[in-house]
Amino acid sequence: MRQIEASTITQTVEKLCIDANYFLGQDVIDALERSLKTEEFCIGQRIIRDILENARIAREELAPLCQDTGFTVVFVELGQEVEIVDGNLKEAITKGVSQGYTKGYLRASIVKDPLKRINTKDNTPPFIHIDAIQGKQLKLTIMCKGSGCENMSRHIMLTPAQGRKEIVDFVVETVVRGGGRPCPPLIVGVGLGGTFEYSAYMAKKSLLRPVSSHHPEPHIKELEEELFEKVNNTGLGPQAWGGRATALAVHVETCPTHIASLPVAVNIECHSHRVKTVTL
Amino acid sequence: MMEKNIVSEEIIHIKAPLDEKTVLSLRAGQLVLFDGIFYTARDASHKLLIELIEQGKPLPFDLQGQVIYYVGPTPARPGRVIGSAGPTTSSRMDSFMEPLLQRGLKGTIGKGNRSQEVIDLLKKYKAVHFSNIGGAAALIAKSIKKCEMVAFEDLGTEAIYRMEVKDFFAVVAYDTTGNDLYMEAIKRYGR
Repeated sequence: MRQIEASTITQTVEKLCIDANYFLGQDVIDALERSLKTEEFCIGQRIIRDILENARIAREELAPLCQDTGFTVVFVELGQEVEIVDGNLKEAITKGVSQGYTKGYLRASIVKDPLKRINTKDNTPPFIHIDAIQGKQLKLTIMCKGSGCENMSRHIMLTPAQGRKEIVDFVVETVVRGGGRPCPPLIVGVGLGGTFEYSAYMAKKSLLRPVSSHHPEPHIKELEEELFEKVNNTGLGPQAWGGRATALAVHVETCPTHIASLPVAVNIECHSHRVKTVTL
Repeated sequence: MMEKNIVSEEIIHIKAPLDEKTVLSLRAGQLVLFDGIFYTARDASHKLLIELIEQGKPLPFDLQGQVIYYVGPTPARPGRVIGSAGPTTSSRMDSFMEPLLQRGLKGTIGKGNRSQEVIDLLKKYKAVHFSNIGGAAALIAKSIKKCEMVAFEDLGTEAIYRMEVKDFFAVVAYDTTGNDLYMEAIKRYGR
């Protein structure tokens, strides 16, 4: 067994939270620059330039990219030959989030109870997904995601007969209903198949792929391309003030499902796409 | 009118609080740069403002002519005026609008579409809603020159702050005649 100390995990998560909120990924910057070239509306171009300028200021002045520094989702791939010592995995991650949000001057945006709504003051707890994998590695991926876009996400249980066309309609309708609220240009994550909850998990996980990368299966890649074109033909454009660049990318993930089911989940992500990964 | 304003990229300077002449002259699609004073409020502080109104108690600031910016900033680093401070989603404040408009509120700033009810209220009370760029929070903070706590300190980021702004960029989203930037956008660019 390979031993990893809980304190190492805490320090790693702390740094990931801070880095994600200050440093926009190169894949997002590249996608924004591509969208600038195809945007037809002059104000839409100005918005994209302002978003790129915002990323530069955030990076140089260590200022959060967005005031909604998000809820923290942590995807853990835990090798089966790893032993966590001197602490507990979930507690170590939670402590890392608390330290990262406090030391990084990030906003505390989590309330302890959905009805009583009292702020926990350190953005904990994070939402943790743990996957067991082969080997001696521990991979930590964190996503700091704003709720403006999360709130515009939707889910539906379609029938197998409804199929591909209804999937396309549902995704496009979700984007149009969101309008300017989720901060376009968006990254649209789609989960197809599985169960009620697993489709939502896949939709979120699809957002972890490098922005604009395609699914390896040709028929899913084709679906991604069709969705991308249709979403960008809605006319919403950057911030829904008008134009072409409604989405930077559409990512679709699939998995096996029941003979009676076609679950579809659409997880909407804003342009302030904050994801960072470290493998220990 | 909208065609001209949107496509020309022409930007006008306006002052906050807003005077009646300016409010009536603004049209959806017009780009503006604000100088002046904003008050901040979002979900929790709106709820408390409405409770004060319902109890017949005075509000922490006079709403006459004022502009409310829907924002919950990040904590300021030592030596800085404010942290990052971009707009939050406007439509969550839709149900709180009428009592504030009745007390003289003339402008609101946030991101994204609002309900038809709000569009009608803006016509009725002669007020304007602006949108600015969601997710450009570090850039937007540059146009905020002062920021001080006004009320509800225990709400933290959701407290009411008084901000002094200079060259604060926004677009008129809904005007006093019912024009709608978001609807026009889809009509103009949808395929």
